[in-house]
Amino acid sequence: MIKCKQATQMLSEKLDRPLSAKEKINLAMHTAICGPCRQFGKQMEAIRELSRSYTQKKPSNKKQSDKK
Amino acid sequence: MTNANVSVEIDSSAAVNIFQDTVFIEDLRTQMLKFARLQVRDNQIAEDAVQEAMISAYQNIDRFARQAAFKTWVFSILKNKIIDLLRKEKRHTAASQLEDGPNLNGDALIEHLFEENGHWQKDERPKKWDQPEHGVENEHFWRIFDACLDALPAKYGRLFMMREFLEMDTPEICHNEEVTVSSLNVTLYRARLRLRECLEDHWFQKEMS
Repeated sequence: MIKCKQATQMLSEKLDRPLSAKEKINLAMHTAICGPCRQFGKQMEAIRELSRSYTQKKPSNKKQSDKK
Repeated sequence: MTNANVSVEIDSSAAVNIFQDTVFIEDLRTQMLKFARLQVRDNQIAEDAVQEAMISAYQNIDRFARQAAFKTWVFSILKNKIIDLLRKEKRHTAASQLEDGPNLNGDALIEHLFEENGHWQKDERPKKWDQPEHGVENEHFWRIFDACLDALPAKYGRLFMMREFLEMDTPEICHNEEVTVSSLNVTLYRARLRLRECLEDHWFQKEMS
């Protein structure tokens, strides 16, 4: 049985490479019983979504007080 | 034979509007510069990339009437300029040579987050995030996001942005940065751990409390 440490790494690597069948099974068994790792998995996806929308943000109409 | 002057003489009110809106342009330029600097970590090169992207945009402006579409499009030009730069330069600052930043990183971070038996430390267990997609509309969220990105060690931030912002694939990143696939995967994992932690601490939990 894998631990949270391995599970979180797999949840991240899932975004970078296809997991093997064995990894998928281990991960599914782990997340079935581990709430924090389930959250972690959702947050990995959320971080990807957020990053992708970063460069597609709507322009702000108000003056930004960006200081150099 | 075509008349080369025709396209130049087309009066594009869209172009006039967008480039005369100095607040919008200055705001956009600041954002582009920040984006470019995070990528190339060299002010002059970043400035050049942004300037070139702006010139390309100006020359082709008649296709873009709306500011939102314009912004997305200018950023896509900038992304391509940066990717070109990264490819050409074969970076003198290969990721493997960049030092890790301050704060907990790598093994120290992992030790901090997990107990010896490999389970989450009680205090560090990820909490439910309240509808992350709402952040997208919120200027303050993006300032936090920027700050969290900036706080990543240079190597983490750079590889993370190549993957998630520039959407480069593994072979290309590994080739450019002279890192192995497994080292890339581990670095991205660590970058996401740090970023997740930072966003949770400074945005998602704060919002709820």
